[in-house]
Amino acid sequence: MDDALKAPSRRAFLKGTAAVAAGSVAGAAAAGTPDPLITEVQDWASATGAGVDETPYGLPIRFEADVVRRNVEWLTASPISSINFTPIHALDGTITPQGCAFERHHSGAIELAKEDYRLMINGLVDTPLVFTYEDLERFPRENHVYFCECAANTGMEWAGAQLNGVQFTHGMIHNMEYTGVPLRALLNEAGLDAAGDLSDKWVYVEGADASSNGRSIPMEKALDDVLVAFKANGEALRMEHGYPVRLVVPGWEGNMWVKWLRRIEVTDMAVESREETSKYTDVLEDGTARKWTWVMDAKSVITSPSPQSPITHGPGPMVISGLAWSGHGKITRVDVSKDGGITWETARLGKQGDTKALTRFYLDTEWDGSDMLLQARAMDETGYVQPTKAQLREQRGENSVYHNNCIQTWHIKPNGEAENVEVS
Amino acid sequence: PALAGDKLGLGREALPEEIAAWDVDVLPDGRGLPEGRGDVFTGEEVFAAACASCHGDFAEGVDNWPVLAGGFDTLDDKDPVKTVGSYWPYLSTVWDYVHRSMPFGAAQTLSADETYAIVAYILYSNDLVDDDFELSHENFAEFTMYNADGFIIDDRAETEYAIWSGEPCMTNCKDSAEITMRASVLDVTPDVEEDSASD
Repeated sequence: MDDALKAPSRRAFLKGTAAVAAGSVAGAAAAGTPDPLITEVQDWASATGAGVDETPYGLPIRFEADVVRRNVEWLTASPISSINFTPIHALDGTITPQGCAFERHHSGAIELAKEDYRLMINGLVDTPLVFTYEDLERFPRENHVYFCECAANTGMEWAGAQLNGVQFTHGMIHNMEYTGVPLRALLNEAGLDAAGDLSDKWVYVEGADASSNGRSIPMEKALDDVLVAFKANGEALRMEHGYPVRLVVPGWEGNMWVKWLRRIEVTDMAVESREETSKYTDVLEDGTARKWTWVMDAKSVITSPSPQSPITHGPGPMVISGLAWSGHGKITRVDVSKDGGITWETARLGKQGDTKALTRFYLDTEWDGSDMLLQARAMDETGYVQPTKAQLREQRGENSVYHNNCIQTWHIKPNGEAENVEVS
Repeated sequence: PALAGDKLGLGREALPEEIAAWDVDVLPDGRGLPEGRGDVFTGEEVFAAACASCHGDFAEGVDNWPVLAGGFDTLDDKDPVKTVGSYWPYLSTVWDYVHRSMPFGAAQTLSADETYAIVAYILYSNDLVDDDFELSHENFAEFTMYNADGFIIDDRAETEYAIWSGEPCMTNCKDSAEITMRASVLDVTPDVEEDSASD
C-alpha cells in the first residue's frame, strides 16, 4: 500500500522482464530452436479479419490501451475545473492524436452544435458583427501546426521531483495541424478604423462556456498569427477541445487558446480578467508577480526511456527519443546528456523544426547497462538555451506555478527502470 | 501587420440587445459596470445561500475549494496564500468573475445588486471594509485593492533571455551530478496499473 507509486514501474519492469524472456526465446531460435510464431500457422494467417463495415470510425487496437489520457485527482478540487495529461511517453513523431490530447476545462467540456454557434465581434470596431459557423467557413483558410502547452505544464515540479512519469510532468501539451481563418481577417471584416492607433489596443476573447475563460491579447499579436480554428488534424475539433471553434495563439500559453470562442471585443486596455490576475500570473521570490507572461519558452523532455517507458531490451543499441518546442520560433538543436549534465551530445531532429510546434529528436546510442542520468536541453532560433531548474529558481523562486521549462532528469537504473529525480 | 484590405461582406451587424447580453466584462477603471448597489449584510445572506457551501461562511474555503479571504503578506512565504484580499489587483475582476461565472455550476444567475452585495461581503471577509459598507457603481472606482501594486509586466526578455542564450557547455560542465530528490519519496503519482486494467 505504501509503495503505490512503485506499481507502474514494477509492472513496467515485469513487462520488461517478459520481453527479455521473449528475447531469449528468439535467441534460442537463433541457436537452433525454431520459433513457433514462424513455424506454426497462426490464426491471422489462415482465418479472416474484420470486415470494412465493422468500424465506421475506429479506435486504437486494444493492445494500446495504455495510451490514454490520465488525470491526477489531488491536483484540483473538482474534475470539472481540472486538467488531464497526454500520454507523451508512448507517442512518437510530433502530431498528437486528438483522442488522447490533453484537456483543461474551467467549467467542463460543453456541447455546442454548429447551428447554435455564434461569434460576435464588438467594441472599438466600425461595425459590430455576428458570424454563424457557416460564415466562418467562407473566409480564406490557412493550415498550421502549433503546440498548445498549458501554462501550468511541469508546474507541480517547481519545488521538487513529484510525479513519476513524463505524462504527468510534461503531458499538458498537444500539437495539431489546424485549419482556420486568421483573426485579422475577421477583425478586418468588422473594421478597425474606429480603433485609431492600433499599437495600444487589445482584443478580449471569451468562450461560450460558464467559465468564459476571458483573456486579453495585444492587438499586435491578434493581427500577427492568431487563428480562429475549426479543424484539427484534418477533422472537426473534438468537443473537449472547443468544438466547433477555438482560438489558436501560436507560441503562447494554452489558457489563451480560448475554446468554444463566442466573442472578440476590441478594447483600449486589458480587461485584467480573473484568468490574467488571480491565475496565469507568476509569483516571484519577493512576493511580486509577473503578469502577461504569454510566451512559452524553449523546452524539451526525453519521452523514452522515462518512468512509464523503461528500457526493456537490456544493454546494446537503443533509441533515446523526446520532444522539444519553443514559443519563440523554431527549435534548432537539442543536446542530450547521460551523466546529469556533465557532458552533452547533440541529438538528431526527426525533421526540421516548425515554428512554435513540437519537434521530435532522437539520440541513437549504445547502453552499457549502467546507471544514467538522462537530460535533454533545447535551443531555439533566437539562441535561447533551455535552463536548469536551479537557474529558474534563482530568478523566480519556487512559487511561480506556471512557466516551468526546466531541464528534466530521469535516473535510469541498471534494470532499465526510470525515475523522476533532481540532480545537483 | 496591416489588415487584409477588402471586406468579404460576411456576417451581419450585431444588434444592441445582443451586444448587451454578451458584453458584460468590467474593466479595471469600472467601465462596463451596471447601475446597482449592495451592502455587507445583504451580501452575507446571498453568500450564505449561493457561495458558502464551497467557499465557507467566511469565504475561508471548504476542503479544496478556493479560499477567498485572508493570506495577507504571505506572498513571499514558502507557501503563499493567494486570495481576493491578499493577491487580486482589481475589484473589477471580482465583480466581473462572480457575475459571469459563479456560482460554480449555476453561473449567470446573480443580479447586478446581488453581485454588488457579494463583492461587498468578500471585501468585509478580508477586513478591507467595515460591516456597514455598501458597494455601488458610484463608489466602485474609489476602492483600491491591497495588492494593486503587486504586479510587474513580463520582464523575462530583460532578466532571463540574455543570460540563457549563446553556445552552451558540452564537456566537463560540472564536477559531478548527484541525485538530490526522487519522485518516489513523495509517492503521489496515480497508479497507472489500475488505469489500464482493461488490457
